Amino acid sequence: MKETKINLTLKVWRQESAKSKGNFEEFKVAVSPHSSILEMFDELNNRLELEGKIPIAFESDCREGICGTCGLVINGHPHGEKKKTATCQMHMRSFKEGETIYIEPFRAKAFPILRDLMVDRSGLDKIQQAGGYASFNTGSAPDANAILISKETASLALDAAECIGCGACVAACKNSSAMLFVSAKVSQFALLPQGQPERYERVQNMVIAHDESGFGSCTNTYACEAECPKGISISNIARMNRDYFVSNLKLQNV
Amino acid sequence: MSWLSKSLSSSIGKKIIMAITGLSLILFLTVHFINNMFLFFGKEGFDMLVSSLDAVKPIVRVAESMLVILFGFHIYNGIKLWWENRQANPEKYAVNAAKENSTFFSRTMPYTGGIILVFLILHLASLWVKFNFGMEGTHHYYDVVAATFQSLPVAIFYVFVMLVLGFHLNHGFQSAFQTFGWHHKKYTPLVEFIGTAYAVVFAIGFSAIPIYFFIRSMGGN
Repeated sequence: MKETKINLTLKVWRQESAKSKGNFEEFKVAVSPHSSILEMFDELNNRLELEGKIPIAFESDCREGICGTCGLVINGHPHGEKKKTATCQMHMRSFKEGETIYIEPFRAKAFPILRDLMVDRSGLDKIQQAGGYASFNTGSAPDANAILISKETASLALDAAECIGCGACVAACKNSSAMLFVSAKVSQFALLPQGQPERYERVQNMVIAHDESGFGSCTNTYACEAECPKGISISNIARMNRDYFVSNLKLQNV
Repeated sequence: MSWLSKSLSSSIGKKIIMAITGLSLILFLTVHFINNMFLFFGKEGFDMLVSSLDAVKPIVRVAESMLVILFGFHIYNGIKLWWENRQANPEKYAVNAAKENSTFFSRTMPYTGGIILVFLILHLASLWVKFNFGMEGTHHYYDVVAATFQSLPVAIFYVFVMLVLGFHLNHGFQSAFQTFGWHHKKYTPLVEFIGTAYAVVFAIGFSAIPIYFFIRSMGGN
């Protein structure tokens, strides 16, 4: 059976390094509607290598929307226009025959471009290291249901824990703020009893790390929530704001 | 740096300052609005209202000093936020899809704020200075207002800025609640509704004043 392919014009951002100047390069591709946008890049890169050209650098890992490694800005939308979908799950059937697609890297001062579509997201790691964990004593595993948690609270915590740390919130934000990310990481522990001992130090340290990594401030435009591939709610940002306020009154640091 | 200034200069701290001062300024606007509505009930009522404020000048001066502080913090922090956030996001996308993921009102806050700041300076330099220092012992405040809006450019400028003020409030009101951490499925829609209602009432109510006086002056009265 012969497969029908769709013809697309790609405008892909090419940039050699963080310091060099980038520009768009145009490619004409004929691609199966069933392939994902990353598979399309794989095919295109094979072609470029055969032609002796430098392939396009982009990141990916699991390709099933859970690792947070991939992340492209497709026609102005981080992870593409389709809601709650990561770049790797974006299929070429979402595009029309003959369409021109602009593909850019995540843009933020805190995400310097490494090459082409790859950016350095280690700013998010610094935030995580500042407090995105809960400490436990080692030893035998505690009883599973020793601490009771209501279904509603558990669901909210799990919703926050869905954050894959891809950085789309930063890419979508006009201020390049990572507050949706920080708030998800703060909330997943703040909601649960196990997260209480470090609750207020955590929010303080993570917000400080956020500001130091060069991200902007949240001005409540909610673009992050609209573009998040995991649908993380801005109610997490509200919870983090509240915890940050309380932490300033509670903690003994002067 | 003390813990307080450190906390208030963090990214969330700046939001908290914007929210507290912003909501306080909305409270001031409410009082201003109610006072202004007296203009529609004739000359005597309005002149008497402003004269009675004149009689308690020390109290008014205290309130004005508080307003200076509120406006000062709001404007200083607003400009700082705008500048820092520009620095954090220097490179723009070739395709801008912002209108599909956020509201016009939320994206334009620094610009609507800037327009309101220009208006504030002009408004203080004209009507406030006139009311406070230019009345020469008379109490014909109503006539001063009526004379101001005889000019078409002035009337148009006031109406335009009041529309912009509505845009600013529409986002600002609900944004303040989000900053305080008051976000909930059940009452956030109500907060948004109240914010929009406030914005619409203020925009229409305030701009009715220049429109009313300009049309009246056209009638040769």
